[in-house]
Amino acid sequence: MKNKAKSYWKENIRYVLVLMFIWFIVSFGAGIIFKDLLNEFKLGGFKLGFWFAQQGAMYVFVILIFVYVHLMNKLDKKYGYDE
Amino acid sequence: MVMMNSFLLGSIGVQNWTYILVGITFTLYIGIAIWSRAGSTKEFYVAGGGVSPLANGMATAADWMSAASFISMAGIISFSGYDGAVYLMGWTGGYVLLALLLAPYLRKFGKFTVPDFIGDRYYSNAARLVGVICALIVSFTYVAGQMRGVGLVFSRFLEVDINTGVIIGMIIVLFYAVLGGMKGITYTQVAQYCVLIFAFMVPAIFISIQMTGNPVPQLGFGAQLADGSGTYLLDKLDGLSTALGFAEYTEGSKSLVDVFAITLALMVGTAGLPHVIVRFFTVKRVKDARKSAGIALLLIVILYTTAPAVAVFARTNMIETVSNQPYANMPEWFKKWETTGLITFTDKNNDGLIQYVANEQVNELTVDNDIMVLANPEIAKLPDWVIALVAAGALAAALSTAAGLLLVISASVSHDLIKKIINPKISDKNELIAARLAAVVAVCVAGYFGINPPGFVAATVALAFGLAAASFFPAIILGIFYKKMNKEGAISGMIIGILSMLFYMTKFKFGWFGGGTKADWWLGISPEGFGTIAMLLNFIVSIVIMKFTPAPPQAVQDLVENIRIPSNAGEATH
Repeated sequence: MKNKAKSYWKENIRYVLVLMFIWFIVSFGAGIIFKDLLNEFKLGGFKLGFWFAQQGAMYVFVILIFVYVHLMNKLDKKYGYDE
Repeated sequence: MVMMNSFLLGSIGVQNWTYILVGITFTLYIGIAIWSRAGSTKEFYVAGGGVSPLANGMATAADWMSAASFISMAGIISFSGYDGAVYLMGWTGGYVLLALLLAPYLRKFGKFTVPDFIGDRYYSNAARLVGVICALIVSFTYVAGQMRGVGLVFSRFLEVDINTGVIIGMIIVLFYAVLGGMKGITYTQVAQYCVLIFAFMVPAIFISIQMTGNPVPQLGFGAQLADGSGTYLLDKLDGLSTALGFAEYTEGSKSLVDVFAITLALMVGTAGLPHVIVRFFTVKRVKDARKSAGIALLLIVILYTTAPAVAVFARTNMIETVSNQPYANMPEWFKKWETTGLITFTDKNNDGLIQYVANEQVNELTVDNDIMVLANPEIAKLPDWVIALVAAGALAAALSTAAGLLLVISASVSHDLIKKIINPKISDKNELIAARLAAVVAVCVAGYFGINPPGFVAATVALAFGLAAASFFPAIILGIFYKKMNKEGAISGMIIGILSMLFYMTKFKFGWFGGGTKADWWLGISPEGFGTIAMLLNFIVSIVIMKFTPAPPQAVQDLVENIRIPSNAGEATH
């Protein structure tokens, strides 16, 4: 019982770390730190860094949450924690 | 035919359209409030705990998007260009933190308020009290701005006195927050989300088609102009900005470290705001909490990705309308907003033309942030009903946020203070009466601040985020992810976090403790971004103190293990 809870928690933490890494990369990375570098490229009329900061990062945020919802629903089932 | 059309529609007029639309929406809110009255404290605090993820997502979105998001944000972005991204990413990225790090566990914990969690997890009423004080400070600073927003919209569109506007807003909020509690608020917020998103999108779509031929504003502001010149809108705006001496629109002027710090402070502050967190206590299961965070963010992002497009449209339209044009030829909206003092023009060189440039010595025009959204439909010559719709949307945004904040205030007083600290024997019925009375008092205090706004309202909104980031966020995260965190660590962390935030804000915003200018900022970080530093201080202090003090009792450590498992969330209880 204890072990089951422990390994559930471990898998959860792994998902969280991976998703938080992407969260950081698209916002603080692409939108802020590497903005000038990415601005060399264009996406239609947008400079790429500017686009990430004012559009792209937000779309990725939404996707990240739904991916987490999906992963956790599966994980809950695997460990019998779903209801 | 065109004349005929404009005559028919014009005959109703902006003001009457506003009366009609505001009247319809207010009737709707009151109807919902009567239908969804709260009968118990559980309904009053967490809407009975059976709200569906979709309804909770919509309510959270309306709760979150305030007068500032609806009215001010696009305007601020309009004047700051790239730098506006701090608000866009900061106020959305926090939902990722909420969904991944906070909401599921707080739902499993199954209590009514944020101080409840702090008090139980850190097995101490001192911790609970610190939580109550933080919740009250954060919520009051926020709510004052909302009531002011209600007053402003009334005064500009219905030409009543600002104070009358605030009082009308107070009565409406009082009615459905006091009667319905969380249950009433939840379902009115669902309606308010629909009103505000419709009101924001309609003018944006109209203008996007006008300027670029693309009906999707998110794509339109990266598209070519509709005039067939083949020029991209953003390139044109960059050109216009630099020609007038402003920074290139897509580049901005804040330092990298400050942009980083402000964005992080706003994200973490968002995840630590009690009126947002408490919404996740209203759903049935842990998985619903995760899902409704996703739905809420999706619904928020619809507005937040449109706002930067509106900013670009409005900025371009405005520069083209006013720059180097004769003052005498200005359209009607210009004169109308001039009378409110939100546009001012002084003809410094007496040439009769409007010089709008970055150089303060030469510049003759100042335009307030707030009017970019409110005046945008008029600048773009959209029909009267669209202009009126914006007023109804702004009111929906301000009222929904105000109601959510008032509920946090009343729950902090009746539940955390009276029930948990002063009189634990109070009956459910009396606690409900106390909650309603607390809500009435809170509305009156908010109304007072709306009518007599303290000069520092604008400054304190940033303070609210900084405080939430510096106090609640680390305490909750450590409470969930660090089993050994004890009360000594958490309490000292929260106190140091809040105090350092207050110190920095008052020093650089109000000139206390010797004041200081931009050059004196620590590491080049503005007061708006200092929440990041204060949060880090909180984490460090908590962990260091914990190392030298006793571990938490076994029962508390078991509680932490329990909230990590999603099943058997049960119902929210006292």
